[in-house]
Amino acid sequence: MPDFIPPDSVGLVTPTTHHFQKPLQLSGGETLSDYALVYETYGELNTSGSNALLICHALSSNHHAAGYHGLADKKPGWWENIVGPGKTIDTNHFFVVCCNNLGGCFGSTGPSTAHPSTGKPYGPDFPIVTVHDWVTSQAQLANVLGVDTWAAVIGGSLGGMQVLQWSMDYPDRLRHAIVIAASSKLTAQNIAFNEVARQAIRSDPDFHDGRYYEHDTEPQRGLRIARMLGHITYLSDDIMGEKFGRDLRDGKIGFDYNADFQVESYLRYQADSFVGNFDANTYLLMTKALDYFDPAGPTHGDLAKAFAPIKSRFLVMSFTSDWRFSPERSREIVKALHDNDLNVSYAEIKASHGHDAFLMKIPQYLDVFGAYMHRIEQEIN
Amino acid sequence: MLDLTNRPDLVIIADWIKPDSRALDLGCGDGALLGHLAYHKQVSGYGLEREDEYIAQCIAAGINIIQMDLDQGLAEFDDNSFDYVVLSLTLQAMRHPEKLLEDMLRVGREGIVTFPNFGHWRARVQLGIFGSMPFTKTLPNTWYDTPNIHLCTLKDFEALCKTLNIRILEHQAVDSEHRSNPGLKLFPNLLGEIALYRFEWG
Repeated sequence: MPDFIPPDSVGLVTPTTHHFQKPLQLSGGETLSDYALVYETYGELNTSGSNALLICHALSSNHHAAGYHGLADKKPGWWENIVGPGKTIDTNHFFVVCCNNLGGCFGSTGPSTAHPSTGKPYGPDFPIVTVHDWVTSQAQLANVLGVDTWAAVIGGSLGGMQVLQWSMDYPDRLRHAIVIAASSKLTAQNIAFNEVARQAIRSDPDFHDGRYYEHDTEPQRGLRIARMLGHITYLSDDIMGEKFGRDLRDGKIGFDYNADFQVESYLRYQADSFVGNFDANTYLLMTKALDYFDPAGPTHGDLAKAFAPIKSRFLVMSFTSDWRFSPERSREIVKALHDNDLNVSYAEIKASHGHDAFLMKIPQYLDVFGAYMHRIEQEIN
Repeated sequence: MLDLTNRPDLVIIADWIKPDSRALDLGCGDGALLGHLAYHKQVSGYGLEREDEYIAQCIAAGINIIQMDLDQGLAEFDDNSFDYVVLSLTLQAMRHPEKLLEDMLRVGREGIVTFPNFGHWRARVQLGIFGSMPFTKTLPNTWYDTPNIHLCTLKDFEALCKTLNIRILEHQAVDSEHRSNPGLKLFPNLLGEIALYRFEWG
């Protein structure tokens, strides 16, 4: 529980759920007859509607980007470091929207939601959704909120992929795109990591072909391993060395299979706090959305050609120690943008934190990001 | 808008660049040149810069800045994407200046470079008479701690251009205040502290 809500926090926030009755045609060929999206907003939409920002979330996060749901909350929203009054994304000036993506497990329609015709959770019958489908549903949400054009769409990691998709799908509905620690497609190594995570979940005896809800259980062992693997790839060798080194939990090795090293204990803690808070089917689905993202697919690998419809201005940022979505991947995005003579700035932030750096308060990151946000703010005024 | 009061060399470069053109500024620093060109001549393009300290500054000034190390070359830029590629006071710090010159003319129609002249009389006196490495306003580093690993004179640069089949379109030499005078025009390699060249393929 926070002793008090810091003045630079958006404070107590309440999520809203919107039920969409209009069917959504999905990339995989299926149609969702109706669906719900849960979202949060911070700050006020100005009268001209020009100060709206959309934040797109990454693999395992959600609509709760900033603030607290209650005083009993142990932690604030996932991007509290960045979003709040006077912060980099300044809620005194911007109206900020963040929604839980379709297929999620925090209130938006997903595998754990009851199927409208059976009343039982969708489970494996929930169709695989893509980044494009998310963006289509987010555009529907923009309509509901009265946002015609976003001042900026912003996202890190998988969120950054949604930003790219927004700029291609709705070139006239965003003025700026901020893509952080992202990639225009996963490498074979990345897909391989995702496959190991999926196999961990799917081979868990409690998985029951994805219908574990009906057995009143969940594939906790698989989900734990998937999360541990994920965490290893989100950190760098350096930051793990810095944080844990070979430090022992009890000062001596135990000659048994308990957690001897601090790093083991850290991974177990991360796994513990994940299970019970995240749905295994959603994890499977989100990793598939990641794997499938490849905007240059239809243009036979020509990303510049795929980016031809884009009109927005870009800020692209990467982190030196991020090996999951390395700076080279961001440079490919930057190249395809400047090949189209689009306005783009790129910063390669020196950070030892690995992929997770986009969540951290790194001075150079905040300076660059803040300078760009300030430009957007000046345009609005 | 960043102003060029303290950088008359950039004023000369800006005069060489035609309005409504596209420019790539290699080692753009605080973006003063691109800012000036965008404001006065509707020139668009990008600045490339390695140093962290300039990135937020350029973004705040509304300049497209791409953080990268020029020693990696310009491979990510397609042939003939720009009208001008500018390299200001950076050539002498590059690992392969000759390759960069060629790359500049691959990416751009014309190249513009400026560099400190190692043939300036002060440098010559310090090395030729006193026998030590030059230490001047435009060469303000000790020999053991300098980014300037490929210093040259105007004569050397022009010889390299000849070897590479690069045609010099325009050139000027200025003093350390980046200003010209009649003496400089007569004996540029002796009196010029900074050399400026505009060139294309021969």
